Amino acid sequence: MTSISLADADRGAAAIRFTGVHKWYGSFHVLRNIDLTVGRGERIVVCGPSGSGKSTLIRCVNRLEKHQRGSIVVDGVELTDDITRIDEVRREVGMVFQSFNLFPHLTILENCALAPIWVRKMRKDDAEALATKLLARVKILDQAHKYPGQLSGGQQQRAAIARALCMTPKIMLFDEPTSSLDPEMVKEVLDTMSALAQEGMTMIVVTHEMGFARQVADRVVFMDMGEIVEVNEPLAFFDHPQHARTKLFLSQILR
Amino acid sequence: MLSSGALAWAQANLFSSIGSSFVTIGCIAFVAYFLPQVVAWATTHAVWSASDGAFCRQRQDGACWAFVIAKWDYLRFGSYPVAERWRVDLVEAVGALLVAWLLWTNAPRRALGALLFFVAYPILALILLHGSSVLGLPVVDTLLWGGIFVSLLTAVVGIVFSLPLGVLLALGRRSPLSVVRMASVVFIEFVRGVPFITVLFMANNLLPLFLPEAWTPDRLLRPLAGIVIFSAAYMAEEVRGGLQSLGKGQYEASMALGLNYPRLMALVILPQALTLVIPGIVNNFIGLFMDTTLVSVVGVTDFLEAMNNAMKDPVWAGPTIMVTGYVFAGIFYFCFCYGMARYSAHVERILAKAHK
Repeated sequence: MTSISLADADRGAAAIRFTGVHKWYGSFHVLRNIDLTVGRGERIVVCGPSGSGKSTLIRCVNRLEKHQRGSIVVDGVELTDDITRIDEVRREVGMVFQSFNLFPHLTILENCALAPIWVRKMRKDDAEALATKLLARVKILDQAHKYPGQLSGGQQQRAAIARALCMTPKIMLFDEPTSSLDPEMVKEVLDTMSALAQEGMTMIVVTHEMGFARQVADRVVFMDMGEIVEVNEPLAFFDHPQHARTKLFLSQILR
Repeated sequence: MLSSGALAWAQANLFSSIGSSFVTIGCIAFVAYFLPQVVAWATTHAVWSASDGAFCRQRQDGACWAFVIAKWDYLRFGSYPVAERWRVDLVEAVGALLVAWLLWTNAPRRALGALLFFVAYPILALILLHGSSVLGLPVVDTLLWGGIFVSLLTAVVGIVFSLPLGVLLALGRRSPLSVVRMASVVFIEFVRGVPFITVLFMANNLLPLFLPEAWTPDRLLRPLAGIVIFSAAYMAEEVRGGLQSLGKGQYEASMALGLNYPRLMALVILPQALTLVIPGIVNNFIGLFMDTTLVSVVGVTDFLEAMNNAMKDPVWAGPTIMVTGYVFAGIFYFCFCYGMARYSAHVERILAKAHK
């Protein structure tokens, strides 16, 4: 098996392909032999107990974390230490964080236009027009000239989604996007994500929102202790879990 | 008649208990006793005009401002030739204009102002101050430079170069490249570990030894390099404090958007880190301004040294000269440093408002 032939094969089919990926934090084995292929336009929900490695898994996709063994091919590009390839991947992969990570010294509009201007080399006017369009899409256009600190959590997270979309990514990663939100704001963010899924975006979502998984996901991935325990379509996953660990997890999370 | 608000305030803040009433009355008595004497010393009892020190020697209970006025040109220019002093005036006037342009936060076209100040102005200043035979300006050796303009020059050069150098050192200290990191740590810790005078002497005496004779830096340039090096080390630690107080989320969000390291730093991290440490940076600037008085130990006549020289003039010798001279110098340094402090407070308020 060579990575070159794999990459060629992937160009048409898979958006992301993990093959035999391992990762350690010191002596802690955080990802164990991960094999997973995400098709174009596919929506994957990753769930599992905390510390199971699900966040680490998606952070490997845009190389915020570095895997030590195996290969990860994103949109036909294999992730190595080659910084130009990493940048190439990061341009095409958007990410939304649990803690929003908006830039507090810039307005919402500036947050959104920053990367298009400096990474995509768009003209300022064009970038701001694009940002305006996407802020309208996530329904916070009226907040465009405020600073992140002036927005509610739900608005901030929607701004963060708009910021990521301004790079017109092919793949979107969501790392527990609703976990630090007040309950009444969860829905507005999930609705935004559902709308995005409807438009055919390739998405990997780490979340505990099982309702969202049921409605939106094409497949649900269950992770525990750094390995993928079970992958299935949502209906089968929730109604007929195969593994004891999956059953235990579901019984704890769904009451 | 006092308004009830003022009365209520005084009662709450000045006379809330017997103890605080005593303190209040004591302070008022102290000020009432000394303030009139200080004011009288500086104004009504002071000698404002005299051609030599004779009158000042008779009026020992007042300041001898006549001395400062008589020596004013020397205090400003040192031994700079009288016929060429207009060049210093011009450089100072243009500099003041450009600094005002940059410091005025709502000024139009500040980018142009910055370009003029950081690129065009140094060249203009160098040509005017030093002279150029091509333009028919007689060359004035730096040996003759002195007074207030040398103090301001030293402070401005120190401030303008030490901040960017400090930022680079701070980034170097956090670099993943161990050679860069080690070099930054050694530089910072070495410079911080020795007194400023040591750095000045090293810049003055060692720099010429390391460089070919033809390149020997000018005798004013050497202490300037010393002050930049010294201040940059402290600046680096201030900036590092700012960098460390930012969470890794800001780095991750920038990287996830595809920003490379220079852009991530310039657009996201440094604007936030530097804003956080404005008080510390300005504190360093103020310290730097005070430290410029030490360049006299390597033979540069700064303002304070010019004042010291002026006081030695036997024509003006008298008991009030030294106090007058140092009070005046104190007021001079205070005005600049207090100005910097107020300006930084103003900038902090603007930035705080923007982030609310």
